[in-house]
Amino acid sequence: MPNMRGDAMRGLAVFISDIRNCKSREAELRRINKELTNIRQRFRADKTLDGYQKKKYVCKLLFIFLLGHDIDFGYMEAVNLLSSNKYTEKQIGYLFISVIMNSSSDMKQLIIQNIRNDIQSRNPIFINLALQCVANIGDREMATAFTNDIPRLLVSGDTIDPVKQSAALCLLKLHRTSPESLQLNTEWTARIIHLLNDQHLGVATAAVSLIDALVKRSPDEYKGCVNLAVSRLSRIVTSSYTDFQDYTYYFVPAPWLCVKLLRLLENYPPPEDPSIRSRLNECLDTILNKAQEPLKSKKVQHSNARNAVLFEAINLIIHMDCESSLLVRACNQLGQFLQNRETNLRYLALESMCLLAASEFSHEAVKKHQETVINALKSERDVSVRQRAVDLLYAMCDRSNAEDIVQEMLTYLETADYTIREEMVLKIAILSEKYAVDYKWYLDIMLKLIRIAGDFVSEEVWYRVIQVVVNRADVQSYAAKIAFEALQAPACHENMIKVAGYILGEYGNLIALDPRSTPMIQFELLHTKYHLCSPTTRSLILSTYMKFINLFPEIKLHIQEILRHDSNYRSSDVEIQQRATEYLRLSEICSPTVLATVLEIMPPYPEKQSPLLVRLKQKKPLMEADTSGELSTAPISQSDDGPKLTDTAMHLHQQQQQNGLLVSLDTTESNGHYETSASSSLPSSFSSSSTALQTNKKFLFKNSDIIFENDILQIGIKGEPKKSVLHVEFYYGNKTNFNLTNLSASISLADELDPELRIHMEPVQTTIDPRAQIKQMGTIECLKDYRDLPKMSLSFFYSNVPQKIDFLLPVYLNKFIEKAEMDSNNYFLRWRNLDKPDQECQKIFAAKFPMSHDACGQKLEGFGWSNLHNIDVNADNFCGAGIFHTSAQQVGCLYRLEPNKQAKMYRLTIRASKAGVASHLAELLEDQF
Amino acid sequence: EKQKLIEEVHALVTVRDAKHTNFVEFRNFKIVYRRYAGLYFCICVDVNDNNLAYLEAIHNFVEVLNEFFHNVCELDLVFNFYKVYSVVDEMFLAGEIRETSQIKVLKQLTTLTSLE
Repeated sequence: MPNMRGDAMRGLAVFISDIRNCKSREAELRRINKELTNIRQRFRADKTLDGYQKKKYVCKLLFIFLLGHDIDFGYMEAVNLLSSNKYTEKQIGYLFISVIMNSSSDMKQLIIQNIRNDIQSRNPIFINLALQCVANIGDREMATAFTNDIPRLLVSGDTIDPVKQSAALCLLKLHRTSPESLQLNTEWTARIIHLLNDQHLGVATAAVSLIDALVKRSPDEYKGCVNLAVSRLSRIVTSSYTDFQDYTYYFVPAPWLCVKLLRLLENYPPPEDPSIRSRLNECLDTILNKAQEPLKSKKVQHSNARNAVLFEAINLIIHMDCESSLLVRACNQLGQFLQNRETNLRYLALESMCLLAASEFSHEAVKKHQETVINALKSERDVSVRQRAVDLLYAMCDRSNAEDIVQEMLTYLETADYTIREEMVLKIAILSEKYAVDYKWYLDIMLKLIRIAGDFVSEEVWYRVIQVVVNRADVQSYAAKIAFEALQAPACHENMIKVAGYILGEYGNLIALDPRSTPMIQFELLHTKYHLCSPTTRSLILSTYMKFINLFPEIKLHIQEILRHDSNYRSSDVEIQQRATEYLRLSEICSPTVLATVLEIMPPYPEKQSPLLVRLKQKKPLMEADTSGELSTAPISQSDDGPKLTDTAMHLHQQQQQNGLLVSLDTTESNGHYETSASSSLPSSFSSSSTALQTNKKFLFKNSDIIFENDILQIGIKGEPKKSVLHVEFYYGNKTNFNLTNLSASISLADELDPELRIHMEPVQTTIDPRAQIKQMGTIECLKDYRDLPKMSLSFFYSNVPQKIDFLLPVYLNKFIEKAEMDSNNYFLRWRNLDKPDQECQKIFAAKFPMSHDACGQKLEGFGWSNLHNIDVNADNFCGAGIFHTSAQQVGCLYRLEPNKQAKMYRLTIRASKAGVASHLAELLEDQF
Repeated sequence: EKQKLIEEVHALVTVRDAKHTNFVEFRNFKIVYRRYAGLYFCICVDVNDNNLAYLEAIHNFVEVLNEFFHNVCELDLVFNFYKVYSVVDEMFLAGEIRETSQIKVLKQLTTLTSLE
């Protein structure tokens, strides 16, 4: 025991023993109440309590508080202790205030005054007590009160080291609570940064934390710290452990300071100065080398301290993401840890590898450990380790290993902990869709997933399955077949019934010729499940039945009977009752043609971001850096309500509204033609598609536009159409004060094998000077009509960090339209000649902009074709013509746009001599007026 | 509030065994903990903080306690709870590591103990 003198407070020790000897909670409470009464009396009656007694009672109150009881008196006595000139009394006073006093205390001013007295005293022990109290409470009032005193203590030459340490962290605390009231004099910046160089390693240790926070606030102002941090770090890691004596912890020199310095450097891009940069790389190299040396002690403390530094170094290497040799070495080191007998190391290695998997330099190196990671999934006892293994498998998955990984995850799912099942389901669903080459495989996986995981399949997952099926005509009959088979299982999860029900309602006809799944069999099979289902599912199945009436008129009577049945027609569930009633009526009064229209199969879903990714993100608020890369950037799209038949009309309308021109962005993605735009997924990489999405529709009507912009780069395009060839000029503007280097730009087509465009680009300069612009010229030739836009990919280095930008080039079909003038007779003659169904497309849509005649006319002319006057009898209407040029043929196009000002609607009719062109042009234009 | 927090952390940490890691996710943070016989020392840190550094910070702290109380046991910590706070304040401040040198911390503590 430490030296126990008169200050040992015997009364306190007795009281604590009493409490510990209490046999029951009641006895304890009685003893506490007795003591509280006693203390209250003492405080009230005895004005002459001396410092020792006050200290003792205040300390008892503190102990009672720590046992979990409220303390509502004794504050004044505690504050009195602050002005004592005895250390032990002052300490208890400060402790009581730090632990118990809440911020609303009206004694705040008194306390602040006492603290100020101590800070201004010449006794470093008192100063330290006061600073520690401020650091522990650190509220706004204190921030305001000490905005000058504490920084001065920190930078003053007279201050002794322990006080500097406290002052630095005190300042950090005030900066966190109230950054606005803490204005640091910029003259002090250099002196604060130089604390990194302080002889006293404790001062440096405390100061790094403060500097880290200040750097986050104003990185430029504190940029000088990079140099100092690197040299300090270098001196530590290259030294021998004997150099640091009391800062060496189990043979590791100053491990905590190293960790803090490395973290400080993670705030900046890799140093630009080559000498600093190579010094930093040497440090990182040395740390990696040391990890390979034999252990200097068998104690876990030694390896932990060494590895604490190593993991932080790896974090920095990942953050810089530019030294491929370091990245690969880091990966190999982590690979060794995967087999370590320490669970902590295996856990941390899995966690860090997740980040390495996202870097293009180390992705392949990470994949080598697939086997080990899968084993971890099977054998780890700690669920959090298995969780990290799942995360890593998800991060390392790509086309080459997707089948294996998805299969392993699926196998593990059957025995996985309940806590991580839902997330695993999401991950499996995302991976199998993202990397599906064969969508039959995707469907097999998904149905198996629903079968295995049942309850853990969130709505988004099965909605998504349906969306994929609806959007991909080539798998619809397969989907119907396996959905039908899934229903035949004796026990069928309700989610499976929903999916199967929906799919059969849409595509049951595709398997109806098979004698094993005739309409009647399909219907009866589904109906055996009907009564076991929840009302929501039953509502969905009713819609399926209704769709059956259209698909299979021969079973209409059976279905009407079901609809008429009391359990539906008079169901206590309003939704079921309503559907039964409406569907029955619909089936009775509508002619087959009307029915066919109402019950038409669902049109493809418009897509922006997979709702699964949104969901996964919600599930994982903790995930700091997103490993898959795509979550971080894309804006959250509309949450898609579950597919419902009754909404068909509305859905169609919505579809037209949303069916922007960039739908192809997602279809290409899910077709797997290329990785998502942010695939490089650097911590500092930028969202690429969002900006492009908003602006590039303008290019429909203009021949020049800004097609991409972020904080670094602006890209403009200028186009000059000449029949089937578009001469383009790209302008790349560097918005920063640094060079952009290694620039390369390429344009790729959605379908390389069967190109619709022939693109030729001149070579581009590889460096853009700060604030400068460079130009690239080229031509785009249209070989035939196309829908998918070409993709532009740009890569460059910005302050040595590789950047990658992908976006769709808004070179729409209409760029190849040349306007044609003609008179009324000619126009109508041509119009009448284009009378085949696939030559015409009509769209009716709501006005999105004020209905101005002039604005419409301008847009139509900007689109490329003519705006002919005196053709339509109604002068409000627009008519015009154009020739769409491909290198092989010319396609004549005619249009008529009829505004309806009362209804705020438009009707657009387009006819074109080649099948499909009219509908494509109509899609481009709807929604633009 | 404070009691509830303690109970939650207690429930989370005490069910774990030696095969588990010394890290647990907790709300939007993580807890790094270390067990010494019947005592658990826990530190709550940000999710991206360095796990091993804090794990060893706990041990460094425990070694200081051990030195200061000459073979520390639970009773020392209970009866001298107000001194334990002094040790904490020497080594950790504002939620950050303040001093890591055991020699320096013990020297300072000895000075303080000799004061009235």
